[in-house]
Amino acid sequence: MEFISILINGLSLGGVYALIALGYTMVYGIAKMLNFAHGDIIMVGGYTIYVFFTMTGHPLLAIAAACVMCVVLGVVMEKLAYKPLRGASPLAVLITAIGVSYLLQSVAQMLYGSAPKTVIIANFGVVTVGSFSISIASLLILAASALIMTVLTLFIKFSKVGRAMIAVSEDRGAAQLMGVNVNGIITVTFLIGSFLAAVAGAFYLLKYPSISNTMGSMPGIKAFTAAVIGGIGSIPGAMLGGLLLGVIECLFNAFPAIAPYTDAIEFALLILLLLVRPNGILGKKRREKV
Amino acid sequence: MAEIVLDVQDLGISFGGLKAVQHVNFQIEKNQIYGLVGPNGAGKTTIFNILTGVYKPTTGRFYLNGKELTGKSQQTICHKGIARTFQNIRLFNNMSVIHNVMVGLHDQPEFKCSLFASMLRLPVHFRKEKAMREKAKELLKIFDLYEERNNLSCNLPYGKQRKLEIARALATNPKLLLLDEPAAGMNPNETAELMETVRNIRDTFDITVLLIEHDMKFVSGLCDQITVLNFGTTLAQGTAEEVLNDPEVIKAYLGD
Repeated sequence: MEFISILINGLSLGGVYALIALGYTMVYGIAKMLNFAHGDIIMVGGYTIYVFFTMTGHPLLAIAAACVMCVVLGVVMEKLAYKPLRGASPLAVLITAIGVSYLLQSVAQMLYGSAPKTVIIANFGVVTVGSFSISIASLLILAASALIMTVLTLFIKFSKVGRAMIAVSEDRGAAQLMGVNVNGIITVTFLIGSFLAAVAGAFYLLKYPSISNTMGSMPGIKAFTAAVIGGIGSIPGAMLGGLLLGVIECLFNAFPAIAPYTDAIEFALLILLLLVRPNGILGKKRREKV
Repeated sequence: MAEIVLDVQDLGISFGGLKAVQHVNFQIEKNQIYGLVGPNGAGKTTIFNILTGVYKPTTGRFYLNGKELTGKSQQTICHKGIARTFQNIRLFNNMSVIHNVMVGLHDQPEFKCSLFASMLRLPVHFRKEKAMREKAKELLKIFDLYEERNNLSCNLPYGKQRKLEIARALATNPKLLLLDEPAAGMNPNETAELMETVRNIRDTFDITVLLIEHDMKFVSGLCDQITVLNFGTTLAQGTAEEVLNDPEVIKAYLGD
């Protein structure tokens, strides 16, 4: 029965990865760029939670503040750093994103130092069913991630803005000529992605309650891996990739002999998968027309 | 004198040293079907790209219903009432037929709905979505695409993809519709049918049409006025009969 408890832990960690991966994949699909500063948005969210939680002692207020902070940061980041580079070579945008990432990390280090801080915003305990126990936080995270992903899917599929987002990712030029405000759509994409990152950051803190200026890197890289596994640019792909990676991670962590190598195994799996399916599991195959 | 819908004055564009279009002038009256013809590389599609804001002209201006649109963004121009189709079809391939049309409806004020209302799925969101869907269905019925509305647009046969592009352009509620080689790749029957469709569109939607086409039968049978371009400059202008009998035009097409 221990397997079920591992599975639920894995799915909830996977839910966190999926929420972050959605930010990567949507920005990639719509703005055609890799936002490597996406992981650091989680870090900014983490510090916002830390500041507000120590000030007010109210966990929900702290999370709400983090969501607002991250959304503002995401939109401002896009306007200042990426929008001027629209139409520039993808490499210039990529290196800018890496620059933004280091900028955020360094600013956080200047403000709060490099020593990690612990913040326990809530303690839910565990629920015991028969012989095995499941953390309540994991169950909550799993349910909340599922809810958020459902709402997002419905929004993308059945709303005007959602359709415009798909249209821009399919053919930006044609979408523009049909009256779609491409800059507005890209702003909305960053807004949604940053909001998801803030929520994911709060969930991540529930699981690993430690904040540092580099706390966003590892979940960021993992989520990016998840997005690539699922097929970057594909929204269901990011969800699937995230859940898959979370379960794999928890599964390997359950064996003490393998646990130290979990990260290595995950990235090795990525390489193997890309050898077989270069576009990821749900990625679009690009067929060349002759 | 009839109302002028599109007024193009001394339009020109250079790419580096290459003068792709120079000193082009023409006026299109309301409800006219106007043809833009010329050999390959004459600058026809370039003019379309200028008129829709993809390129900014180096010289000259153009006006839609007396309002200057020179140098405006694609979105603004679309909003003001110029819509287009493409020489090589550019549908949103992985979206359904009806969603393609609904993207065209995107900018209509009557379907305006805030981001928050959509995210929180408030009643207003569902009301606007439904209205949009109904409007899209109406358009699809006109183009005989209603039955295929839930198919992916990339799975439509070629002729229907062309029709869908026109439907999507019309969804933006244009005053002037630009058709870039609408009959390309069609057989004579389809071409004849398309001529009917273009006339019907003009009458049903009370719009003006500017089209590029190589099929001279199509152009002479459909267009009220024609401008012939060659090497980016105007070679001749007039009715189909006048233009196609012009010795300069015959020379440009067939050589000496």
